[in-house]
Amino acid sequence: MEDLSFRHPVRSRADGARRSAIIGVVASGNLEVLVERVLPDAECAIEIRTVAVGFGDVWSAVIGDFVERYSPGGLKFSINDGGARPDTVSLRLAQAVRLIAENGQ
Amino acid sequence: MTLDDILTSLFPDGHEVSNDKGIIAGSATPRSGGRMIVIGVADRTALGVDEAIRLSDHVLGSIGRDSGPILVLVDSDSQRMSKRDELLGLNEFLAHLAKVLIHADVNGRPTIGLLYGHSAAGALLATGLATRVLVGLPGADPAVMDLPSMAKVTKLSMEALQEKAKSTPVFAPGLSNLAQMGAIHMTWSNAASLADQLEALLADMPAAQDRRDALGKERGGRLKAAEIAERVRGLALQAR
Amino acid sequence: MIAPLKDITPAERARSTSFNEASARTRLELLLDAGSFVEFIGPEQREVSPHLKIFDLPEQFDDGIVVGRGNLDGSPVFVAAQEGRFMGGAFGEVHGAKLTGLLRAARQIGSIPVLILFDTGGVRLQEANAGELAIAEIMRAVMEARSAGVKVIGLIGGRSGCYGGGGLIAGCCSALAVSEPGRIAVSGPEVIETNRGVEEFDSRDRALVWRTMGGKHRRLLGAADVFADDNVQDFREAARELLRLVGPFSLDRLRAEQERLAQRLRRFGACEDAVDIWTEEGIPDAETVPELPADQFVALANRIGRTSRDAR
Repeated sequence: MEDLSFRHPVRSRADGARRSAIIGVVASGNLEVLVERVLPDAECAIEIRTVAVGFGDVWSAVIGDFVERYSPGGLKFSINDGGARPDTVSLRLAQAVRLIAENGQ
Repeated sequence: MTLDDILTSLFPDGHEVSNDKGIIAGSATPRSGGRMIVIGVADRTALGVDEAIRLSDHVLGSIGRDSGPILVLVDSDSQRMSKRDELLGLNEFLAHLAKVLIHADVNGRPTIGLLYGHSAAGALLATGLATRVLVGLPGADPAVMDLPSMAKVTKLSMEALQEKAKSTPVFAPGLSNLAQMGAIHMTWSNAASLADQLEALLADMPAAQDRRDALGKERGGRLKAAEIAERVRGLALQAR
Repeated sequence: MIAPLKDITPAERARSTSFNEASARTRLELLLDAGSFVEFIGPEQREVSPHLKIFDLPEQFDDGIVVGRGNLDGSPVFVAAQEGRFMGGAFGEVHGAKLTGLLRAARQIGSIPVLILFDTGGVRLQEANAGELAIAEIMRAVMEARSAGVKVIGLIGGRSGCYGGGGLIAGCCSALAVSEPGRIAVSGPEVIETNRGVEEFDSRDRALVWRTMGGKHRRLLGAADVFADDNVQDFREAARELLRLVGPFSLDRLRAEQERLAQRLRRFGACEDAVDIWTEEGIPDAETVPELPADQFVALANRIGRTSRDAR
């Protein structure tokens, strides 16, 4: 297992009022993303535990793109990864942002 | 100890317990009097549909007719692994046996399991683990999962598994591991009279409430189960 | 083009969602009245398994089970849904304790039923002793809840089926609904093959697996009471129907179950294959049962009329 951690300054606060949301499942080639609205509006953090050791650069690139595209201000993402491909990671992160923007608790 | 040794030591005044192809059924008089029915699995017999239905029948036949505790002796294989048993719904037969034992226990017929040999998986769930108090005898070797099978699935060597097993009772076979988890309430001594130890237990039976998770916590084997169950219970009651 | 989600009613969404393929959370969302679900110890609490790190394995924030309460047609229900894709939905210490706690609360309250959405391979190998014991505790808690008047309904249609100790817990429930892909057994196909050889059971013969352990056979045997089509709405309707039908638990039910199971052994004990049992049951062209569409199969099962109602 490898732990990775990223923090990014962001342009704007993520939409919605939900406090948290979760998407995905921890399985081979899949991952879960827990997203929580716990940070100041101009920050975002991503904590990763992954079974695939040595892919820090790939994660860094995927997350850089994601933050640039979605500006998830105020959100903390916690990821348990079962060895997902980068496109699956991007998809789950996007789903997480969409879910926490929905109405609800 | 052999089954005969155990029965003789438990019931020095005699018993009417028979072992028919690994299925134990009968009754006996404990020293303090009364009658207790005895069921169980002997000779490391696999527990399949044909065996389970006889055991549940023996207990059900006694409910309403007799009083007194129920003793479940266990030296079994795991559940019988066969096409026929699964075809006929082995899960229902094993669950039925456990249900009958649990029902008896909460309705005035306290159940005691005595694990004196092997047991595993579904067979242990349907017998010893369905009793109120599960007693271990020295030499018993329960194995929820045997290490060679675990090695195969986890792709770890036997040596690596044995090394890991030193630091935790959570996965490796053995009586002491199950005791630490809270599954085995007490281990009796082979050297002393089993009748004495049975009398002491009967005189001081714990309440019917399932405290195995709390026991596992006290013994350091399962640190989270009791707390998690208690928290969920509390939240569910609040949400009413 | 897929219609925008807002134009679809929850029932339509539930009807078009495969129970088998949905996640545990999606199943619950669509099974219960919209927006009514409240989780107990949700993923944000991060109550993960304390044992997986010993094996350098990834954890899941909810340890593979979602428990909580919600409403079904406006009436409160407790629910537990296993996630069959995380470690095969297997029972570990935390996973099992969540269900135990839920059942203990249900027993105390007495009037709120429990729905268990099984999706499990049985005991989680890496914490086998804790998982086995958790199953024993759940079985006891199910029976104590039922004795206190609680209806405990099992819904079985997940990818991992309902195997091992999960099959024993299912056997303790007041009633079961099962879909075709929902398999119920103790020993899995691979376990039988490994222990007894490929001549005893060829685990790669999928047709053999389905007809020996699958939902259709379990429904025809009377092991499950309702056969659901593989969508969440059908399971919702099955749960409703079973909640209406199930009566209180008593010793009489165990006596009736003894007779029901003994009769099954007398009647079918010599059969070597599910097709032999179905033929013995008087089903014409029994070998075509696996191909029957759900509606025709339900009609057949109702005509045979075996259920475990009042006898489990």
